[in-house]
Amino acid sequence: MNWAIRALDAVAALGRGFRLGVVDTGRAARYFVRLLAASGMALGRPRLVIDQMHFVGNRSVAIIMVSGLFVGFVLGLQGYYTLRRYGAEQALGVLVALSLVRELGPVVTALLFAGRAGTSLTAEIGLMKAGEQLAAMEMMAVDPFQRVLAPRFAAAILCMPLLAALFSAVGVFGGWLVGVPMIGVDDGAFWSQMQGGVEFVDDIVNGVIKSVVFGITVGFVALLTGWDAVPTPEGVARATTKTVVVSSLAVLALDFLLTALMFGTR
Amino acid sequence: MDRKKTDFLVGLFVLAGSVALVFLAFRVANLGGVELGNALDVRARFDNVGGLKPRAPVKSAGVTVGRVKSISFDDGTYQAVVMISLDRRFQFPKDTSAKILTSGLLGEQYIGLEPGGEASMLVAGSTIGMTQSAVVLENLISQFLYSKAAEPSAAGSGKAAKP
Repeated sequence: MNWAIRALDAVAALGRGFRLGVVDTGRAARYFVRLLAASGMALGRPRLVIDQMHFVGNRSVAIIMVSGLFVGFVLGLQGYYTLRRYGAEQALGVLVALSLVRELGPVVTALLFAGRAGTSLTAEIGLMKAGEQLAAMEMMAVDPFQRVLAPRFAAAILCMPLLAALFSAVGVFGGWLVGVPMIGVDDGAFWSQMQGGVEFVDDIVNGVIKSVVFGITVGFVALLTGWDAVPTPEGVARATTKTVVVSSLAVLALDFLLTALMFGTR
Repeated sequence: MDRKKTDFLVGLFVLAGSVALVFLAFRVANLGGVELGNALDVRARFDNVGGLKPRAPVKSAGVTVGRVKSISFDDGTYQAVVMISLDRRFQFPKDTSAKILTSGLLGEQYIGLEPGGEASMLVAGSTIGMTQSAVVLENLISQFLYSKAAEPSAAGSGKAAKP
């Protein structure tokens, strides 16, 4: 009989796991809708959004631009070594630009953004909750979703495309710096091949769409994790780690999905 | 931090991001550079377009004078119909011929226009009569092999030399 009880327990555990999964998904979806609705209203109070853009955007510019420059350098070098084998060094420009605009720009920016801005959002919200500031706001009939979460969410969505564009532009410049003045690829061919190979709608606009989606993802994960954090120092620490792990994985998985949709069947 | 400074810094950030976007659009993707605002659409029929793609350049004397607008298939004649957008600044005679060429050995394919000698010019909607299809490497190789096989002495000695 023992095995039968154990089997029943296993089935029950599966059922509980499924139920909790459904509950989590449903709650996350409800938060998401509430956050979206509150963000629309947050745009009516641009002061708050601008403050948060300064917090998540301006302070990420340095790391984004330095990373973009180095990613561009590496793309220039590696691309050159591979293309030289086929005698196609002139295609370096299109290689660097397409890799950056389509994939690396949005994805690496989102990963850095999760590490640089997402964590501080989670820690901030988590500490506000630990200090019972959010509860105090609710006591004063101020909706913390509108006053605290929504401006941060809107700022993350607005900042991500700008940061990704900066990353790609600096990266193209980095690739040019390595390819043209350092290695000696022809300047005209570098740019003309790039301009011939990169489409505005197919590549640039799709890259911007990607970065907006990643901004939504990272902002949502960071805020929800902070909101759900156990209000202790340990809980906030764990929530911060969770933000990085979950948003990085979500960004990479979504990137695969978006790439398959945008560039897949052509 | 006082309000004005924050506003200024955020403004600077938004400006830098927008400049980066404009740089990507105009310098990297060359938006506007190849867009033919004032285009003349003509049609050309090819037996085989090979690897020609929409937006491939149309060149005359090596200079880009237009873009391939679309490629479709006509099941009446079983030919490919290529719509070409030509820059209106350039005028081509009616008996211009079109060829599908390849830039370099493995490069992308483009259409080369060779102007004829007629006095009247191509107008919107007209069809380029003389066309030459893309060179398909497999056909070329099989033609070469057949012509080799047709030479009996060469084929015979070649076989004999093998152990």
